Amino acid sequence: MTWEPVIGLEIHIHLKTRTKMFCRCEVAYSEPENTRTCPVCLAHPGSLPVPNAKAVEWTIKLGLALGCRIAERAVFHRKNYFYPDNPKGYQISQYDEPLCVDGRLVVPGPDGEPEVGIVRAHLEEDAAKNVHTGSAQGRIAGASATLVDFNRAGTPLVEIVTRPDLRSADDARRFLQLLRQTVVELGISDAEMEKGSLRFDVNVSIRPQGSDELRTRTELKNLNSFAFAAKAIQREVERQTGIYEAGGEVEQETLHFEPGTESAPPLRSKEEAQDYRYFPEPDLVPLQPPAELVERVRAELPELPGARIMRLAAELDPDTATDLVTSGRDALFERVPGDRRAVANVLMNQFAAAGVDAAAVDPEEFGKLIEARSRIPRERLIEALAASGTPGFLADDYLGDGLMADTSELEPIVDRILEANSGQVEAYRGGKEGLLGFFVGQVMRETQGKADPKVVNELLREKLST
Amino acid sequence: MIDTLRLTAEEAMGLIERGEASAAELHSAYLDAIRERDGELHAYLRTVDEADGAGVPIAFKDVISSRGVETTAGSKILEGYVPVFDSTVATRCREAGLPLIGKTNMDEFAMGSSTENSAYGPTRNPWDPGRVPGGSSGGSAAAVAAGLAPWALGTDTGGSVKQPASLCGIVGLRPTYGTVSRYGIVAFASSLDQVGPMTKTVRDNALLYRIIAGRDPCDTTTVEPPQPVELPEREDLKGIRVGVPKELNEAEGIEPGVKEAADRTIELCRTLGAEVGETTLPRSVEYGLACYYLVAPAEASSNLSRYDGVRYGLRVEGENGVRSMYERTRDAGFGDEPKRRIMLGAYALSAGYYEAYYGQAQKVRTVIAQEHAAAFRSFDVLVSPTSPTVAFRLGEKAENPLAMYLSDVLTIPSNMAGLPGLSIPCGLSEGLPVGFQLIGPQFSENTLFHVGHALERAIGFDVVPGRLQ
Repeated sequence: MTWEPVIGLEIHIHLKTRTKMFCRCEVAYSEPENTRTCPVCLAHPGSLPVPNAKAVEWTIKLGLALGCRIAERAVFHRKNYFYPDNPKGYQISQYDEPLCVDGRLVVPGPDGEPEVGIVRAHLEEDAAKNVHTGSAQGRIAGASATLVDFNRAGTPLVEIVTRPDLRSADDARRFLQLLRQTVVELGISDAEMEKGSLRFDVNVSIRPQGSDELRTRTELKNLNSFAFAAKAIQREVERQTGIYEAGGEVEQETLHFEPGTESAPPLRSKEEAQDYRYFPEPDLVPLQPPAELVERVRAELPELPGARIMRLAAELDPDTATDLVTSGRDALFERVPGDRRAVANVLMNQFAAAGVDAAAVDPEEFGKLIEARSRIPRERLIEALAASGTPGFLADDYLGDGLMADTSELEPIVDRILEANSGQVEAYRGGKEGLLGFFVGQVMRETQGKADPKVVNELLREKLST
Repeated sequence: MIDTLRLTAEEAMGLIERGEASAAELHSAYLDAIRERDGELHAYLRTVDEADGAGVPIAFKDVISSRGVETTAGSKILEGYVPVFDSTVATRCREAGLPLIGKTNMDEFAMGSSTENSAYGPTRNPWDPGRVPGGSSGGSAAAVAAGLAPWALGTDTGGSVKQPASLCGIVGLRPTYGTVSRYGIVAFASSLDQVGPMTKTVRDNALLYRIIAGRDPCDTTTVEPPQPVELPEREDLKGIRVGVPKELNEAEGIEPGVKEAADRTIELCRTLGAEVGETTLPRSVEYGLACYYLVAPAEASSNLSRYDGVRYGLRVEGENGVRSMYERTRDAGFGDEPKRRIMLGAYALSAGYYEAYYGQAQKVRTVIAQEHAAAFRSFDVLVSPTSPTVAFRLGEKAENPLAMYLSDVLTIPSNMAGLPGLSIPCGLSEGLPVGFQLIGPQFSENTLFHVGHALERAIGFDVVPGRLQ
């Protein structure tokens, strides 16, 4: 039997507003502990929340980018539970009347353009950070004390929940990459996993291909990169397949991965049915975003990464288009003249490896490098790419200078090489034309990479054909 | 020598304006009175020695935060907690130049109707120390009645300003929900809590309401009252339509003496020129109390979750892990009434019960609001006794929560509708004050002050308890 994975995602992103969700404390990541706090985010008696208007606007922006309907009335709810990182004893979140509902994100891939439904995107506040001391790697087990850093408490957090519309680990990875790129380009979040400003959980189940049932799912938590998520999903799909094929049943459970050690098997836990006693937050009036605000934000939306991927995929292929867009190099790509595939390849390989900021590059000069890439030595090209982001960069500095293109200079060298390798010459003439590269390499070595490969090629072909 | 027993806030302002007394002299006169009489009454939990401001001193119920002054909400769990910030009402009083003279006793977390639920011992009624002052703002009511403060602030959730004002023979206003900021008020039930002035006269009440009312950017549920607060002058009630809701005036448990005093006052309305007619609020009165005891505990169960021993207030170390610390702290820190209401509220919010209890109560609340709105199409104010009884004896209802809850049966319905209510003393029954409740539509405080002031003048009630004269 063929099994089809059914995957849904729940993503949390920090909004990079200047201040917290319900108070005026600065949003901070690396400040000394408990220095960005006030009576509101420490839950002092009598303090009251006031929603951050920018966070509301940005969530609307994200909702619109995800094709959501923006609710005319959205309600904050209290989610009640006790934990030291939860100072009020409840988290202000949204429940049955979220700000953004019913959207979709098209994720182009090699198998087409699957549409992933967005159930909701809502606004809430992040918890504080518990720091366990006196144990290995700051784990709670064996800790002698737990300290709480409230700097993070109240950071605006958007939760995005997808429908279980993803059908492969790769689709899930592509979705996450595209979503991340979208929020980064909207300017509403850094969405950096290392910083904790983007986190996600994955729900995985499988079913017989062609069926539309939803079987028991497991939840994967603590995945610390998109690539690892794809691996972990793949492994989980295989595990579930094994269980069903052996006649077993998948149990509903949560798999907690160990951050940092991808090979470690995940810790398993049963989902405890916790009652959060949700009820509408009586300290806040419902949000009623004015239509003018929604329309203004809609009008200000830039061309979104998803649309650009689809546009570029038409001239390249979905994967390269995705790579270009999610790496933020597509704007440069579109402005560099020359062979499309060549430009894309150089951008995603040698240029990517050089670690240069694409925004700093002059596309015309860059185009010259691409055009000359087969004529100049590889090292030269890499050197030029590495310098391509510096102000005043000129491709010519790396092209003409020192390159041997003069046939009268190159001819003796070529002759010498052909003489010294008479066996290979004979083989070439006998039909092993692949040996051309060998001769080119010999000439390049002899000239310490300074020969113009184009000229060397021409010379070699000419001489070998006579 | 300043006679704090009789002095109204308005008169005290006059003394300052005319240079006959300084703020410091007034402050120390009240401190002297507190030293003299509060040993018996226990209206105050603590006093402030220095007058910080050039105006008339004011007492705050211990649920109102003021920077640097311990605020316990009458609970052991907040013993030693000193706010680092001012509540908005404290800021407004400070800006108006009113020095804080002290923090008054209250039922723990404002849960109660007698001030016997204070973790720091009960307050006694200045009219009869064997009786309760009402609650939960019993300390503020007793302080004003006994001349230990010219005026005070209380908070009212189900009747906690109106009912103690009634039992202590003073004037108490529960403002329209949303006109006074709750920022810095230790929360009991957020959708019902309102700060209200407790004073000797209706004019004092209007003066204080004028200081504290208004939109606050720190409390998103606040609005600016549509009209400025007017100091009442008129002593007639011509053109005022007074509605007498049958259910509020004939409820089971209203003492005959209370009924008589209220009926006399209704007659007086007619004499002063008002049109008086009967009306009806059947569902509000039948379901109001039940509805309140779902909504208020539900919100309280959540509001009181922050007292967990982690950041401030009491902590009792646990045996092994944070759960045990939570349990021990909350077990030792909360008294019986908060525990009872946390349990009630958590139950009403639990999955599977939410719709039947909290959800249903919210629907009933809408019905109550509609029923009141309908009555206000024909009347400007609705009247009734404030409390079914005069002050009861200490301990009389302490062991019977339901009997205690019924003390608020007449104040709760209009509170559920978010409406303003003013209680004024209207006479004595068995030598104890009877309160008369005036209820108006939203933002009708000016009307309530007008009617209250006219009645006050006509009744001529002596606010100084007989035994203190």
